Amino acid sequence: MERQIRYQREADLEWAHEFTKHPNCERLLSCIQCGTCSGTCPLSIYMDLTPRQVMALVREGFREDVLRSKTIWLCASCYSCSVECPQNIRITDIMYRLKREAIQSNLYPKRFPVPVLAQEFCELVRRRGRNSEFWVVLRMALRSNPLVLLNMARTGWDLWRTGRLSLRMERIQRVNELQYLPTASKEVD
Amino acid sequence: MQPSAKYLYYPGCSLKGTGIAYEESLLTTFRLLEMPVKELPDWNCCGATTYMSISEESATLLAARNLALARQTGSKDLLAPCNACYLTLRKSQEMVAHYPQIARQTEQFLEQAGLPRLDSVRVRHPLEVLYNDVGLQRLRELTVRRLQGVRMASYYGCQAVRPYGEVDDPHDPTRMDEILKAVGVEVVEYSLKTKCCGGPLTGTIHDAGVRLNYILLKEAVRRGAQAIVTICPLCQFNLDAYQAEIRKQTGEPIDMPILYLTQVVGWALGGEFRELGLHRAISGRKLVEQWFTAKKEAETYV
Repeated sequence: MERQIRYQREADLEWAHEFTKHPNCERLLSCIQCGTCSGTCPLSIYMDLTPRQVMALVREGFREDVLRSKTIWLCASCYSCSVECPQNIRITDIMYRLKREAIQSNLYPKRFPVPVLAQEFCELVRRRGRNSEFWVVLRMALRSNPLVLLNMARTGWDLWRTGRLSLRMERIQRVNELQYLPTASKEVD
Repeated sequence: MQPSAKYLYYPGCSLKGTGIAYEESLLTTFRLLEMPVKELPDWNCCGATTYMSISEESATLLAARNLALARQTGSKDLLAPCNACYLTLRKSQEMVAHYPQIARQTEQFLEQAGLPRLDSVRVRHPLEVLYNDVGLQRLRELTVRRLQGVRMASYYGCQAVRPYGEVDDPHDPTRMDEILKAVGVEVVEYSLKTKCCGGPLTGTIHDAGVRLNYILLKEAVRRGAQAIVTICPLCQFNLDAYQAEIRKQTGEPIDMPILYLTQVVGWALGGEFRELGLHRAISGRKLVEQWFTAKKEAETYV
């Protein structure tokens, strides 16, 4: 069984301190644990840690607990927590930072479809400059759980018959301009 | 299209794919308003809600390339009809304005790519353009026909009204209601108008996404709405495409048209059924046809 207790000595306060120096994360320490973020989050009932708990754990430096959680991947970036937070903490941006760190540290849930979708999406955009809805979803499904394609068939058909499903791979003309994206080579996979 | 179009238009991926009805109705509506729109040449993906979770730097620069391209054309206003595009482009502008190291990086990137430096391009949402630039009075004047006895709920979705935008009030937006009323639509009170539809989650954590959409639809029904009006291609898709599944899961007979604001306004201004993309509805098809095709004469008033 997974251990439930965390000890202070296991916390990485240095990490928490560094964390608050990044863009949009500066106000993390002013969290008053009021729970407004969890209350306003439309997805908190599906999360293993609520947004309020995430804020508390980041602040106390429990790095792995946060980075391994599914919560950061369930955040739909709707920004309601950020808008409602009485302390003006940019919670959505903190979630983004945690997602990036979870991928970089290889602590993300591997077959969980959200990070897989993110990787496929970025790969496509980096190479062609545009996203192609159909191909991104197809590749995400094949890499995470091909069975979901069965459930998607109905939606696919509805989109097809209404002329809303494009199979074209979009590509911009001056795709070479994207080679100067700074982290393009290392950010995917 | 005239090269001197005042409004540049940034479609993003959805308006060329699943949200093509949004593009069709937007172009039609702006044509009827005699406000020429020109597509941004060689635009790239905005990064949506996704790129930011892989690389913040690249996400900002992707948006910056589009803004630089817009600057190159000489237009000052860049229309971003998709809520995610709108937010992403504005957020990138704000990051550049607030963080010197991000500004330096952006400058360097644009220089390497041979693009002009960032300057003041205004990222605009069609809802806010209809409200501010066109105005309710003019919309009222230009209305040539109105829907009789159809009640609609306006649904903003999350990103257009949240921290980086000027579309409307983030807590209690009302401009869409006002626009709909101006073109003669009966609007119901709808308290979930900024509650998230789950965005891309319907494609990933499917059950959670569908559940959010069920809640939105159910509440609209409870409020007496017969249709939902949206301003975001992903909201439209989520609410429209999964109603059959929701009916099966819950046994509730929900079959509600999910319309774009530009479809409703465009129709009131005299647009045709197909040029407004109304034939692309998945849910509530019969109602859409009934409302927007029949008794044309009876609905026209001067």
